[in-house]
Amino acid sequence: MTDDKITRPQISTHMPSGSPSSLPLGLAERGYSGVIQHLSASDAGSALSDVELESRLIELGFVEGAKVEILHEGIVGRDPIAVRVDNVTIAVRRREAMAIIVA
Amino acid sequence: MEAPLLHLALVGTPNSGKTSLFNALTGSRQKVANYPGVTVERKEGFFVTPLGRQVSVVDLPGTYSLRGRSPDEEITRDIVLGKASGETRPDLVLCVADSTNLRLTIRLLLELKRTGRPIVLVLNMFDIATRRGITVDVAQMANALDVPVVTSIAVRKGGTADLLKLTDEISAQIQPEPQENTWRPLSVAELRATQREADRIIASTVSLPSRPDTWTARIDAVVLHPVGGLIVLALILFVMFQAVFAWAQPLMELLSSSFDALGQFVHDTLPAGLLQSFLQNGVISGVGSVIVFLPQIIIIFLFILLLEDFGYMARAAFLMDRIMGGAGLHGRAFIPLLSSFACAIPGIMATRVIDNRRDRLTTILIAPLMTCSARIPVYTLIISAFIPAKQVWGFVNLQGLVMFGLYAAGITSALLVSFLIKFFMLRDYAPAPFMLELPDYKMPRLKSIAIGIFTRAKMFLQRAGTTIFSMMVLIWFLASFPQPPVGAADPAINYSLAAILGKAIAPLLAPVGFNWQIAVALIPGMAAREVAVAALGTVYAIEGGKEAAEQIGQVLATKWSLATALSLLAWYIFAPQCASTLAVIRRETGSWKWMATTFAYMLALAYAASLATYNIAVALGAG
Ligand SMILES: Nc1nc2c(ncn2[C@@H]2O[C@H](COP(=O)(O)OP(=O)(O)OP(=O)(O)O)[C@@H](O)[C@H]2O)c(=O)[nH]1
Ligand SMILES: [Mg+2]
Repeated sequence: MTDDKITRPQISTHMPSGSPSSLPLGLAERGYSGVIQHLSASDAGSALSDVELESRLIELGFVEGAKVEILHEGIVGRDPIAVRVDNVTIAVRRREAMAIIVA
Repeated sequence: MEAPLLHLALVGTPNSGKTSLFNALTGSRQKVANYPGVTVERKEGFFVTPLGRQVSVVDLPGTYSLRGRSPDEEITRDIVLGKASGETRPDLVLCVADSTNLRLTIRLLLELKRTGRPIVLVLNMFDIATRRGITVDVAQMANALDVPVVTSIAVRKGGTADLLKLTDEISAQIQPEPQENTWRPLSVAELRATQREADRIIASTVSLPSRPDTWTARIDAVVLHPVGGLIVLALILFVMFQAVFAWAQPLMELLSSSFDALGQFVHDTLPAGLLQSFLQNGVISGVGSVIVFLPQIIIIFLFILLLEDFGYMARAAFLMDRIMGGAGLHGRAFIPLLSSFACAIPGIMATRVIDNRRDRLTTILIAPLMTCSARIPVYTLIISAFIPAKQVWGFVNLQGLVMFGLYAAGITSALLVSFLIKFFMLRDYAPAPFMLELPDYKMPRLKSIAIGIFTRAKMFLQRAGTTIFSMMVLIWFLASFPQPPVGAADPAINYSLAAILGKAIAPLLAPVGFNWQIAVALIPGMAAREVAVAALGTVYAIEGGKEAAEQIGQVLATKWSLATALSLLAWYIFAPQCASTLAVIRRETGSWKWMATTFAYMLALAYAASLATYNIAVALGAG
C-alpha cells in the first residue's frame, strides 16, 4: 500500500446530490445504513479508471436506490469494510467506497 | 440417425453452484467450495438426458459480467462468445443463479441475452431460498425475462430432474440457424440500465421475507470482529498445525510398524540377494516411508476443506487484506496462499482470480514458500528423530511447536519476499481494489468433504505408486550397483554409483552440513519433495546392510548431528524441490523467465538459510 491514510476530503465539497446528509460510503462508520444516491468514481482515487471502477461497482449491485449497511470493518485503518447491499454482503476498501455516495 | 451432441455451458455469478450442478449432471467430482472463485478453468463433461439425447456440458469460472477482467473471467467470456479456439459455441447457456441472491445473476442474464445464444435461467439453491421463505413466481419470471426458468437443488439427489426435463424439451426446438450476437462491452449507462431492469423484474416476481440469514450475522459478529476475528484466525491456524502433528501420531505409528513387519516378513521369507534387497530396501523402506505420512496429509486437507465449505475463506481474505497489503500482497491472494498449504499447484492456479497482473505474479512467485503437504514427511521425519516429544507450557507439544515454527518461517519469508518485490520492482504501484462477495455460511456437507479427502488421498497414493516408486527403483539401483569387490571391507554402498555421485556433489553441500547421503536424496527429491524421505530410507537401509530394517528416523538420529538436521529443515522451507510446481508456474505466467526466477531465488534462499542455520547451530555446540 503506498499510503495507509484514507484521504478524507472535506464533506462540504462532496454534496453534489444537494442533500445535506449525503456522504461517501468510504467515510461512514460501522453500523451506518443508508441508500445509494449516486456513484462518483472520480472522487475515489482508485487505481482503476473511473469507468472501470463504476462498472465494477454496478456489477456488484451498487446502483442508485440500493440499500447499504456497513456490517464490519477491518483493523488497519478500519479498512476494508463489509457492506450489505440489499441481501448480499460485499467486502470493499474504503478507497473504492468513496465513489459510493449515500444518504 | 442420432441427434448431434448438444453443447451446454454453465455460466453464472461466482459461488452460485455451477460446479455442483456440473457434478450432479455428469457424475464428476470437480472441486466445490463455499467461496467465490473456486473454478478457474473450463471443464467438460458428458451425460445423457432422460430421452436419450447426448449432451456435453462445460463448467466455467463464475463471473459478474462478460467483460473478462481477470484470466478466469476471460475463459468464460471466450467460451460464451465462441472466441476460444477449437471451441464450438454453446447451443444452450445455462445461467445458474443462487436463488437467495438474484440481483446480480439476473443482470448478468440480461447481458447474456445479447449474445444471441438460447438461455435457460436455473434457480439453484432453491432449498435454501425455500427455507428462508423466499418465494419466486417462476412462470411470471420466465415471462418477464423471456427465457425458460427452472428451479434446481444441485446438491440433492434428483434436484436436477426439472432441468433435465427442460433440456429435453428445449433441445428438440433449438434452431440451427445462427442468431446474431449483438454483445459488446456494456457502457456504464447500459450496465446501470440492465441492473435497474433486473431489480424491476425481481420486485415483480420475487417476494423476500425480511428474514436474513441470522446465523451468518451471528457468526460474523465474532469472526469478522477487527480484533476477535484475527485471534480466531490465528487460533484456527495454530490448531491446524498442532493437529497435523498430534492427531496423526497413532495412525502413523500403526502404518509404520506394519511396513516394518512387512519388510521383516520379506527379509525372512526370501533368500538373501538382490530380489530381497530390492523389495525390502527399495520398495518397502522407500515407498513405505512416504505412505506413512498419509494420516497427516489427510488431516491438513480435512481442515482446509472444512474451512472452504463452511464459507470461512472469504472472511479470512477480508481480515487479512490490509495486513497483507503491508507486504505488498492483495487480499485476494489469501485464498490461493492458504490453499498452497495443501499444495502449491492448485494455489498457483487459484491466482487466476486476481485481476491485476502484478499482484498475480507476486502471489505466484511466493506461493511455493507456503509449507505444502509434501514437506510434511520431511519435516516430521526430522522433527521426530531430533526433537524430544515433551510438553511445553503445560499444553503444547514441543514437536508440534517446531512444526508450527516451520510453517511460520515459510509464511514470514513469503511476506518478506513479497515486500522486497514490491519495494524493488513495483515501487510506483497503486494498490488494485479489493472487492469480494462474502457468501452466507453453509454447513459443510459430509459427502463433499469425504469425496475431497478421498480424491486427495488417492492422488497421494498414486504418486507414491508412480513417481516415488520409480524414483525409488532408480535410487535402489544406483545404491546397489556396481556391487562391491569380493572381500571388500567397507559397507557395500560405498562402492555404488550413488556414493560416487553423492560424494561428487557433497563438497558443494558440505558448508551447509549435508553429507553425501543427503546429496543423493536431494537429486531425486527435485521430482517431488517426499521422494527425499524415501531416498534416505533406501540409502540408509542398504547401507545398514542386511540387518532387520530399522526405522529410518532412528537411523538418522544416530548418523546426523543436530546441526545437520536443523540445516536440512531450513533447506526445505525454501528449496524449489518440486518439478510440477515449476511447470505450473511456467504455464500460468506463460514464460520461462518467471519459472527460472522462482527456481533461482528459492535455491539461493535455501542455501543461505541452511548455511546460517548450520553455522549457528555448530557455534552453539550442536555440531
Ligand atoms: N444447499 C445448497 N447448497 C448448494 C447448492 N448448490 C451449490 N451449493 C453449495 O454452494 C457452494 C458453491 O458451490 P459451487 O458449485 O462451488 O459454486 P460455483 O458456482 O461452481 O462457484 P465458482 O466456481 O466459485 O464460480 C458450495 O458450498 C455448494 O455445496 C444447492 O442447490 N443447495
Ligand atoms: Mg465452480
